[in-house]
Amino acid sequence: MGYKSIVLVKQVPDTANISGQVMRPDGTVNRAKLPAIFNPEDKVALEVALQIKDKYGGEVKVITMGPPKASDVLRECLYLGADAVFLVSDRKFAGADTLATSYVISQAIKKTGDFDLIFAGRQAIDGDTAQVGPQTAEKLGIPQITYAEEITDLRNGRITVKRRIDGGHEVLESPLPVLITVIKSAAMPRPFQAKRVMAVKNARSLLDLEKMTESNSLLNIDDLKVEYISNNLYIPTYTVDDLDVDPDRCGLAGSPTKVHKVEYVVLDGGEHEEIEPTKEGIDHLVDKLMRDHIFG
Amino acid sequence: MKELSKEVWVFIEQHSGKPAEVSFELLSKGRKLAEKLSGILKSVVIGHSIQAVAKETFRYGAEEVLLIDHPDLKDYKTLPYSRIMSELVSHYQPRIVLYGATFVGRDLAPRVASFTRSGLTADCTDLQIANVTYLRKEYQDLLLQIRPAFGGNIIATIITPGVPVQMATVREGVMEKVAAESSREGKITEIPYTPDEMAAVIKIIERYHEESKVNLKTAPIIVAGGYGIGSKDNFSLLHELADLIGGEVAGSRAAVDAGFIPPNRQVGQTGVTVRPKLYIACGISGAIQHRAGMKDAKKIIAVNTDHDAPIFDICHYGIIGDAMEVIPMFIEAYRHKLK
Repeated sequence: MGYKSIVLVKQVPDTANISGQVMRPDGTVNRAKLPAIFNPEDKVALEVALQIKDKYGGEVKVITMGPPKASDVLRECLYLGADAVFLVSDRKFAGADTLATSYVISQAIKKTGDFDLIFAGRQAIDGDTAQVGPQTAEKLGIPQITYAEEITDLRNGRITVKRRIDGGHEVLESPLPVLITVIKSAAMPRPFQAKRVMAVKNARSLLDLEKMTESNSLLNIDDLKVEYISNNLYIPTYTVDDLDVDPDRCGLAGSPTKVHKVEYVVLDGGEHEEIEPTKEGIDHLVDKLMRDHIFG
Repeated sequence: MKELSKEVWVFIEQHSGKPAEVSFELLSKGRKLAEKLSGILKSVVIGHSIQAVAKETFRYGAEEVLLIDHPDLKDYKTLPYSRIMSELVSHYQPRIVLYGATFVGRDLAPRVASFTRSGLTADCTDLQIANVTYLRKEYQDLLLQIRPAFGGNIIATIITPGVPVQMATVREGVMEKVAAESSREGKITEIPYTPDEMAAVIKIIERYHEESKVNLKTAPIIVAGGYGIGSKDNFSLLHELADLIGGEVAGSRAAVDAGFIPPNRQVGQTGVTVRPKLYIACGISGAIQHRAGMKDAKKIIAVNTDHDAPIFDICHYGIIGDAMEVIPMFIEAYRHKLK
């Protein structure tokens, strides 16, 4: 028995912790310098899937789409207990909006085999759109449950989920397969397992291996791949040639939304009256506000 | 190329026959967009026994209602609602479709956008119509979908030039609700609905919904705290001040994420947009997403220990200091004046 779960994860720039080092002299942010992290709610999604595996058995596969460097988060998934991880990466996938992303990801999901459950974080912190989950469910023709905060039951091919709604919650029961997006409170991610870190820290994607051969002419990509596969350290990598995709629906070309204009937020330092943080200063301010009929 | 539609649609969200505020805010905005396009504003009302909701949309400028009324549609469910919207949008190809960025809208809109392969921009803080040159091609009357992005460090204008249908979600309070000058009667077009085998696969076991008692949008004074307040306990001081001066307490996203204050009190791009007479920002640095939700307050007081905090660039009165020390002084001064 057991359940086959797929978890969708994303590597994101750490937009929440912007330090002085990433600021340009003109006050704008240098995006390239932001550290890349495991999108927090996706980590929660992985934890939910791992807990289901712990309880009922089965397997947990993880898929990410991103640049070659995104294999970092896949290694983290292995440390946490994922059974298999897959990197979807190709220049032709770059610049994708949520529609093109969900198209490629849904094709990658089909390629990894059958599944009972798909989990993802509600949204990624770099865009906050919360769209890729529902769009992937639509592309796969399966139901979805968004904003899940608890899996309350799973039996006889049906899952019961408590989800948040405006001003309350609801409990839904769905047949499998279903795609579920989780919010932060759904689970507390476990720490890395030291044994697994030792075992899989050298796991590499095809793109990682290609990079190694570029810097060392003695290495041959085919031999290297065979070696990593035989050592169970190969991260399967899907490029545009590996997936049944229409290139016109991938990446920038397949994205209906385009960025027309980007304005960096540079504050102009508008005029304001400075108030001393003293009794006199505050008294003066309250007086002023009263005179202006701001209160009541 | 086929002639593009000039229709602007607003999805009307309702809970047990009670329409969501945000839907009327979007109709108010949608009316302006429709005028700019020399087009027509339509509302899409899905539910059961919802004639009254349908008629109410005329007051906010809808000229026609697409009404889908069926006992099975009483409560929002992803699959039947998204199938109805997807089929309607595919059939009529409206130029613009707007949804509230609520739990319902954010569940529904992406599914419809995926089915119809339309562009969809989440949490817009402004919508405009303009002629645009993109990659050396001219486009007439595109919808500019404006939103902060990338952790609020940039403001992006998104367009969807190559597709017939442009979709966007907008948070409650971002657009102002304005009743139409003349409340004309409009046309109600009933669309038949037949459930398919997928409609009922997800069962609602339980639904708990409480009308929010918090109404930040209408509060004349808001005392808001950020991550800098430090703890949930420290927030009690903000409550004390708010109670004294007749205001509501709110928080930044960081304060909500830290658990200092519940999510229904979040001000900002992904929370509520407010326009009070007075906004007191305590320990809030003032990231663009937060400012998007409060910059239109008539008077803003900023209290922060960091004199470089961006909040000082938009405030009227700036106090460089620790909110935990400044607020008690404020309370004391106010009490004294009342005597």
